[in-house]
Amino acid sequence: MNDRQQIKLTQGIDWPIMGLYLALVMIGLLSIFAAEYREGDNIWQNVMHQSTNYARQVLWLLVSLVLATIIWLTDSKFFTAMANLMYAFGLLLLLLVLAIGTDVKGSHSWLVLGGFRFQPAEFTKLCTNLALAKYLSSLETDFNKLRSRLIAAALALIPCAIIILQDETGLALVYFSFFLVMYREGLPGVLLVVAFSGIILVLSALLVDKNILFIIFSVVTVAVIYFSRREIKRSRSRLVLILGVWAFCSVFVMFIVPFAFTKVLKDYQVRRIEVMLGKENDPKATYNTRQSMIAIGSGGFFGKGYLKGTQTRFDFVPEQSTDFIFCTIGEDFGFFGSLIFMGIFVALLLRIIFIAERQRSTFSRVYAYGVASVIFFHLAINIAMTIGLAPVIGIPLPLVSYGGSSLMTFTMLIFIMLRLDADRQMVLR
Amino acid sequence: MSVYNQPRRRVIQLIILGMVLLIITRLFFLQVVEKKYSKLADANAVLRKVVYPSRGMIYDRHGRSVLRNEVMYDLVVTPASVKNIDTNYLCQILQIDKVEFRKRIVNAIVKNGRVRQSVFSPLLPPEIFGRLQESMYLFQPGFELMQRQIRSYPYAAAANILGYIGEIAPQTLALPAYKDYQMGDYLGMTGLEKTYENVLVGQRGIQYLVKDNLNRPQGPYEKGEFDTAAIAGKNLRLSLDIDLQVLGERLMRNKIGSVVAIDPQTGGILAMVSSPTFDPNLLSGSYRTRNFSKLFVDTTKPLFNRAMQGTYPPGSSMKPLTALVALDEGIITPSFGYPCRGAYTACGRSIACEHSEPGHAANLRLAISHSCNSYFVNLYRLEVDSRKWGSVRKGHQRWYEYMRSFGLGHRLGVDIPGEYSGTVADTNMMNKNYHGQWNSCSELYVGMGQGAVAVTPLQMANAMCIIANRGSYFLPHFVQTIDNDKEEQLKKYREKHTVAHVTDTVYKSVIYGMEDVVESGTGRNAQIEGVIVCGKTGTAQNNARINGELVKLKNHAFFVAFAPRDNPRIAIAVIVENSGYGGTYAAPIAGMMMEKYLHDTISVKKKPMMKTMLDYVTIDPVIREKSKLDSLNGATAKLTTDQILNVYFHN
Repeated sequence: MNDRQQIKLTQGIDWPIMGLYLALVMIGLLSIFAAEYREGDNIWQNVMHQSTNYARQVLWLLVSLVLATIIWLTDSKFFTAMANLMYAFGLLLLLLVLAIGTDVKGSHSWLVLGGFRFQPAEFTKLCTNLALAKYLSSLETDFNKLRSRLIAAALALIPCAIIILQDETGLALVYFSFFLVMYREGLPGVLLVVAFSGIILVLSALLVDKNILFIIFSVVTVAVIYFSRREIKRSRSRLVLILGVWAFCSVFVMFIVPFAFTKVLKDYQVRRIEVMLGKENDPKATYNTRQSMIAIGSGGFFGKGYLKGTQTRFDFVPEQSTDFIFCTIGEDFGFFGSLIFMGIFVALLLRIIFIAERQRSTFSRVYAYGVASVIFFHLAINIAMTIGLAPVIGIPLPLVSYGGSSLMTFTMLIFIMLRLDADRQMVLR
Repeated sequence: MSVYNQPRRRVIQLIILGMVLLIITRLFFLQVVEKKYSKLADANAVLRKVVYPSRGMIYDRHGRSVLRNEVMYDLVVTPASVKNIDTNYLCQILQIDKVEFRKRIVNAIVKNGRVRQSVFSPLLPPEIFGRLQESMYLFQPGFELMQRQIRSYPYAAAANILGYIGEIAPQTLALPAYKDYQMGDYLGMTGLEKTYENVLVGQRGIQYLVKDNLNRPQGPYEKGEFDTAAIAGKNLRLSLDIDLQVLGERLMRNKIGSVVAIDPQTGGILAMVSSPTFDPNLLSGSYRTRNFSKLFVDTTKPLFNRAMQGTYPPGSSMKPLTALVALDEGIITPSFGYPCRGAYTACGRSIACEHSEPGHAANLRLAISHSCNSYFVNLYRLEVDSRKWGSVRKGHQRWYEYMRSFGLGHRLGVDIPGEYSGTVADTNMMNKNYHGQWNSCSELYVGMGQGAVAVTPLQMANAMCIIANRGSYFLPHFVQTIDNDKEEQLKKYREKHTVAHVTDTVYKSVIYGMEDVVESGTGRNAQIEGVIVCGKTGTAQNNARINGELVKLKNHAFFVAFAPRDNPRIAIAVIVENSGYGGTYAAPIAGMMMEKYLHDTISVKKKPMMKTMLDYVTIDPVIREKSKLDSLNGATAKLTTDQILNVYFHN
C-alpha cells in the first residue's frame, strides 16, 4: 500500500470515459453558446457579468470539475458507506421542496439558496442510484425473492412519487430507468415484455377506436384458444391465463386509458401526447415540436455551419438551451454531426456497461448500470422529443443541456463510477 | 452470476442500440430525405426586404432642382418598449391629447402587434420635428424617428409638367411591363414622372434579412451574399426655365388658359403654364389622397393640362400658316394682294373683316399685319381650288397634309402623357360633315382659323417655331439630357423636321408681316425694348351649345409670337379663355414672358401692364365661387399683387 503514495494522481482513471465526458460538456457549452450568441455580443463581458446561460454554464462546469476532483480524491468506501444516508438526505430535500420550493415554469421543484436555484430532483437520481446499489449488493438481499424486488422498486419509486407531486413529471419518469438495472440484476425478463406491451397497448388505445380494439382482442383471443386447444385440454390454467390477458387488455383499453386521460393526467400532458401522435393540429400546441423539427430538419446532411442556424439563433425553438439543445446540433451540423453526436453517446453508454461488467463488486456494477440507465433514458426521451417521436417531456440532455443541477448530478454520477472503477481491484464489497 | 447475466447485458446493449438506431433513422428522414424543413426554416427566418433607391431628381435648364427628394421623419412606436415616459410632454410636443395618444397606441397594437414598429405620427412638420429631436432621448426606446423620402417641389410650380407619383394600381400591376413592381410601390402617375418612370425609378435592391421569432430583423442573411444593391434613379435635366414658368403661372392667375414657350432652336419647352394650377406639393406627402380628390372635383379642373389638352379654334393666329401653304405651293407670291372692301362675299355669304380701307391687303405682309380675313379665306380657297390638284377634294387633302406637317391635327409626341390631337378636317371628315357635297366655300373659315380646325396651345407654339426657324422644327419636349443614360428615349427629340421648302425671302414677307403686327398692329402690347418681336394675335370666336342653343360666349384671346426676329430664341403661344381681344389679354403676357426670358428681367415700364394683367380676372364668377382652389394654388398662392410686383421690380 505504500506504493500508492507514489502512484500518479490519475492512476486507474478510465480515459475513454473521461474523454467522452469532456467531449460532451464541451459540445454542450458550444451549443448553449450557439443558441444564445448574437453577432456583436461582447463575450468576455457576458462571462464576467454572468449575464448569459453560456457564461453561467462555464461557472457550473468549473464547479462540477471541482466536485469531480473531490470525488476522485475520496476513498471509494465512502460512497458505499454514505449511500443510505445520502438517500435519506435526498428524500428530505425532496420533501423540503414540497414545503418551501419555488415555482419555475409550472413545476414546484426548485430550491432557491441565495442567488442560486437548485433542483433536488436531479440530485436524488444520484442518491437513489447509490441506495439501490447498496441494497442490491448487501449480503442479506436475495433478489430472487419478491420482497427484495418490491423493496428495490420502492427505492426507485418513492422519490419518483414525490417528484410527481412537484409537477416535474419528466424527471419523475427517469426513475423508471432503474428497472433496467433491476432487470440486469435478475428481475424476470417477462416484466420487460409486459412493460413494452403496456406501452404498445396505451398507444393503440390512443390511436385506435376502443371498440375496434376490443373486437381485435377478442378475435385474437379466440384464435389463440383455437390453436392451443390441445394445451388447454391438458391444463385448464392456460385457458384462464389467456382469458385473463384478454380481460385485462380489454378493461385497460376500454376503461383505464380513457379514465387516465380524462381524470389523472393534466390537460397539457394529454395534449403533448396527442401532439406526438399527430392527433392534435392546433398550431399553438404543436409549436414546440414543429419548430424543433424544422430546426433539425433544415440542417440537411452537413448542416448550416456553426453559429449559422437561423432557427436556433433567432429564438424560433423554445427552451433551446435546455430541453431543446439538440436542435442546435441538428441545425448547425446536420445529419452528419447528429450521427457523430449520437455516436459519442453510444460510445459512452457502451463503455459504462463495459465498465459495469468488469466490476468485481455488485455495488459498483449496479451503480454503473444505474448510471448507464439514467443517461440512456435521458438521451432517448430528450432526442425523441425533439424529433417528434416522444411527447414533450421536459428532461435535459445529459452533460449537454444548460443547467447547473443537471450538469453537477451527471458529473458526480460519472465520477463516482470512475472512482469505484479505479478501485475495482481492492475488495469484493 | 456474471456469466449467468451475460445475455441480459446483451439485451440491455440491444435496447440502447435499437433506440439509437430508431432515432438515427428518424433523423435521416428528417434531415436528408425530407426537403420541406429547410423551406419552412427560410419561411420562418428569412425576410425579403425591398430597398428603395432614391428617385431621380429633375433640374431646370439652369440646373435648379425643381423636383427633388426631401427627407421627412415619421415618429414610430414599438408599443412593447414604451415604458416610463412623460406622456404629457410628448402629447404637448405633438399637439395631441392623451385620448388621441392612447388611440394611436391601440391602433398600432392592432395593426402590427406590440413588438413591431408602427407609424405613430407620419411626416412630422419641421417645427414639431425640431422640438421632438431635442427631447427624443426622453421617449426612447419606445419611440423612434424614422426617415422617409418624399417628393418635394421647391418652386411649388409646374405641377402638370412634373406630375406626381402614386401607389401602383392592381390592374397596372398585372401588366407584364410592371412585373418588377410590388403592391404598395409608388410610380409616376402623370407628367414627366410617368414618361420617364423607367429612368427615374432606379433599380430596386433586395436585401435578405434574418428575423427572429417575433419578426424583428436581426441582421443580414448569409452576410448579404444574395443581396442586390439599390441603384439610385437618374436625374433629368429639362429645357424648362423655372423662373419663366413661375412668372407664367403668376401672370395667368385668376384666368383660365395657358402659355407655352418653346426654344425653336432645340424644341425644348421653356414654360408650359396651364391655369388654374396648383401646388404640386399637395400631391406628395400625407394628405395626397385628400388633396387629390379636392383637385379632381374642382370646378376649374386644375388637373387638366390646358396647354396640351385644351383645344381651341386658333383664330387669326392661324393666318401665317395659311400663307405658308400658298407660298410653298407657289400659288401666290409675297406681292399677292386682295382687294378687300371690309368683307368677303365670294361664297355668297358675307365674312366680315376688321378693316375696310382700300389696300390694307395689298400684299402678304400688309394682309398679315392687318389680319385681313378676306385675304386668308381667299387664300384657302385658292389653295384647295388650285388646278394643280384637279379637284377640291385633292386640294383640301393637300391642305390637310400641310397642316399635319405643321403639327396640327395630331399628337406632337411631347414627353408628357395625355396630349390631345386637336382637329383639322381632312377630306373624309368633310365628306361626312357635308354628306359628300362640298367645295372650297364650305369650310373657307379654316383659312382664318375658324371652323373645322382646333389646336392646342402647344401645337400653336410649335407652329411658331416652324416660322421662326424658317421651315423646320424639333418635336417639343422637356427633357434635354438624362444623367448617365444612353438617352435612347430622347433620340426622336433631336431629329430636325423640315416641313416647307420656301425660300428665305418668301418667309421674310410672312415674318415681316408678323413683325408689323407687334410694331404697329394689334400686337403692340408684346413689344420688347431692343428686340424685334414677330407675333400674331387671334381672337377666336367661341360658340358653345348650351342646353341645345348656340350661344356666343366671350372670345378666346390668342397670341402667338417668336423673338428675336433673326436667330429666334423663344416661340410662344398664349391663350386666355373668355377674355376678348388677343392683343389686349394675351399679347402682354407673351411680351413679358419673352422679355423675362431674353433679358432675364422685365423693364420697369411694364410694371403697370403687369399690374393690370395680375389683377385681371376672366375666370367665370360662378366657377370661381364654387372653386376651392385659392387655398391650393401654387406659386401664386398667398402672394398679393404688390408682393409679386416687388419680385420683378425692385424698388
